Amino acid sequence: MKQQEVLFQYLLRLGDTNLILGHRLSELCGHGPVLEEDIALTNIALDLIGQSRILLSYAAKAEGQGRTEDDLAYLRDVGQFRNLLLAEVPNGDFAVTICRLFLYSAYTCELLTLLCDSKDEYLAGYAAKALKEATYHLRHSTNWMVRLGDGTAESHHRLQTALNRLWMYIPELFDGDAIDVQLQETGIAPDPNVLKEKWNTRVNAVLAEATLNRPPDQWMGKGGRDGIHTEHLGFILAELQYLQRAYPGNQW
Amino acid sequence: MVDPEMHNETSALEVLAAVHDPEIPVLNIVEMGILRNVRMDGDRLIVTITPTYSGCPAMETIEADIKTCLRKAGWSNFDVETVIAPPWTTDWITDEACRKLLEYGIAPPERGSLDKSGLTASPKTVRCPQCKSENTRLLSQFGSTACKALYKCNQCLEPFDYFKCI
Repeated sequence: MKQQEVLFQYLLRLGDTNLILGHRLSELCGHGPVLEEDIALTNIALDLIGQSRILLSYAAKAEGQGRTEDDLAYLRDVGQFRNLLLAEVPNGDFAVTICRLFLYSAYTCELLTLLCDSKDEYLAGYAAKALKEATYHLRHSTNWMVRLGDGTAESHHRLQTALNRLWMYIPELFDGDAIDVQLQETGIAPDPNVLKEKWNTRVNAVLAEATLNRPPDQWMGKGGRDGIHTEHLGFILAELQYLQRAYPGNQW
Repeated sequence: MVDPEMHNETSALEVLAAVHDPEIPVLNIVEMGILRNVRMDGDRLIVTITPTYSGCPAMETIEADIKTCLRKAGWSNFDVETVIAPPWTTDWITDEACRKLLEYGIAPPERGSLDKSGLTASPKTVRCPQCKSENTRLLSQFGSTACKALYKCNQCLEPFDYFKCI
């Protein structure tokens, strides 16, 4: 693949994951367990969607076909989305919501730290900005992990169950393919193995503090980055894209 | 036609100082550090702005307000461009702006660049903008807008916004 095409695909993976997780979290607007948490989760959703706009705008530019961030967000179908499956898992109970946010924020904090040294100047600039936001997301979700994991028998049980359930989507985060290899060789993206090592160190420390057991690595759910999704993504897009599908080209 | 006597970087800056952050109306975009650069490219004025947070919903309003203010001041040949690097930091908020924030009832950001408490979770002292007590507590890292945290004063019992460091 040509370098621009590879970059386009990589940016879609980053941008789509943030868009879908941002949308998932925005579902909790008005439904958070307490007002402060409602505001926190939707603030994080806003950050993720804002980051996604930067990434998808840049992706559209890299593609060079005259598409815009809106075309990419609103006019692609399920098979053209490149997000990690972890992002599309339903919110479930608060344990699932917060555990997913923690696992993902730990990943983005490490990824963005490495991307700050990317040879792609724009991507490096983006990483420096987004890292400041992701640091707050990680801190918030880490606090909850420890509080719930090391909390009551019920909160511990729920969080361990959530962790076990989400674990099958973790290997996809570090499952390097030809796109990662090509971008790694050109100094644009980091080595997924380095990323995995850093993620493991950080996550293991929090799991220990939260008295949670790290689940064994078993069957891996993957395919999102190649456009093969769970049944949940279609429902997200039905809501996310409804207006542009019903009234094409309509403007706010 | 552009009259260089009337239309230059200095006069543009004066116009832009009248554009306020819609979510923190007490500050203008210069004091907030949102306005990064103003320069003439031949006859064309280039205004460069940067978002505080990636998802800051005020950016579109700010851009529209910049255009309106410039047009009102007789500018017709200009562009507003948005950059994301270097990343916006609370250190760019001027001292004068911090004073205005405090008067407005928002605790200004602690000086010293990136909030290390964001990484280490170490508690820090934030003074209540109402009664000035240091006996306050964090209610939530996420407040009424992306850039603020929610605190409560243990002394006067008033909740208040704190402009968090990034």
